[in-house]
Amino acid sequence: MRGSTQVKYGPKSPNIQIYRPQLTSVLSIANRISGVVTSVGAVGLVLWLLAAAAGPDTYAFALWLLSFLLGQIGLLIFTFFFFLHLCGGIRHLIWDAVYGFDLSTIYASGWVVVAASVVLTGAAWIVFAVS
Amino acid sequence: MIIWSSRQLPSFVLMKRFPVPRNFGLNSRSRVEPGRSWPLSGEANRIKTFNIYRYNPDSGRNPTLDRFEVDLDDCGPMVLDALIWIKNKVDPTLAFRFSCREGICGSCAMNIDGTNWLACTRFISETENPTAIYPLPSLRIIKDLVPDLTHLYAQYKAIQPWLHSKTPEPEKERLQSIEERRRLDGYYECILCFCCTSGCPSYWWNGDRFLGPAALLEAWRWLTDSRDEATGERLDRLEEPFRLYGCRTILNCTRTCPKGLNPGKAIAEIKKKVMERRGLGWQE
Repeated sequence: MRGSTQVKYGPKSPNIQIYRPQLTSVLSIANRISGVVTSVGAVGLVLWLLAAAAGPDTYAFALWLLSFLLGQIGLLIFTFFFFLHLCGGIRHLIWDAVYGFDLSTIYASGWVVVAASVVLTGAAWIVFAVS
Repeated sequence: MIIWSSRQLPSFVLMKRFPVPRNFGLNSRSRVEPGRSWPLSGEANRIKTFNIYRYNPDSGRNPTLDRFEVDLDDCGPMVLDALIWIKNKVDPTLAFRFSCREGICGSCAMNIDGTNWLACTRFISETENPTAIYPLPSLRIIKDLVPDLTHLYAQYKAIQPWLHSKTPEPEKERLQSIEERRRLDGYYECILCFCCTSGCPSYWWNGDRFLGPAALLEAWRWLTDSRDEATGERLDRLEEPFRLYGCRTILNCTRTCPKGLNPGKAIAEIKKKVMERRGLGWQE
């Protein structure tokens, strides 16, 4: 504003502090977090491969570290976030081709991503356990 | 649970708000402090509580959350009616915008129970008790529920929301086929209430550079108009890291539009059009 009047800037209204979480925003932030976690997990994967390359003793030590509850929980989170990011990525790819933008389809595909991630994680762990 | 239209409210609420501190990311002057209570004087059978964001630019104090009691037997059915009731009977200094009271002017857009909607088309019976009413999120506040829309209008202006033509003017109107006209459906109805833009997390963090869903929906309204002849220039102005690509397809916009429009889809259409222009389009 020009002239002699001093411009008074008011406060900024709250945003994330008050906005109701909904499937749209929750899956969006989950996709980001799972991307970060999966990236960190990729480093862990490389360490695991390095241990395998270094010889049977080192590999056995790595497996021993992962056998603890903390290691198992870490692996579970990693596999779940891996599948969540994968499914979320496919959902975004479909959106990029301008498909699935009806509100009901947005919600349906969101729940499909959640369900598919859970099922795929379970399937992966069953495969691990059997082999 | 599937949401079929933006009008629909969720049948259950898992989380009322994200697990962040109450004043997360707010500067010292924007922190919301506890406010005063305005209890109902006299008898009433059906009382409902409204927690309303207040800010008085002349007080030099921080915004507060004031607690009002409303006699529902004396008040109209809509949230806007409750606000008017409070202004008439309790506190005449309560400031909010409204005009048409039937969902076509877009003035009374605000955050009701954590989602953006028009106060005139939200039934009081649909709201929680107490109902929390905030101004549209992430905007500079002039007074109470009145945000400063200057920047939002400037962004709307930036997409040049008018017909650009290069061919000589025809003798009569520029004609459209029924099919061409139909392509504007779902885009021309925008009332510029900015529920979508102020409900977009990407706009909260990058609102200075990202044009936001409302302006981009309007951009597509002109891009898809068969009479408009400036598609290339329009895309040139949008193809930039933030103006268009600030959109991360979160789709809070489509969820919250009080007119049931689809800004998220409009933005995806623009992105696709940019790719097609680069020769990277999907073959159909």
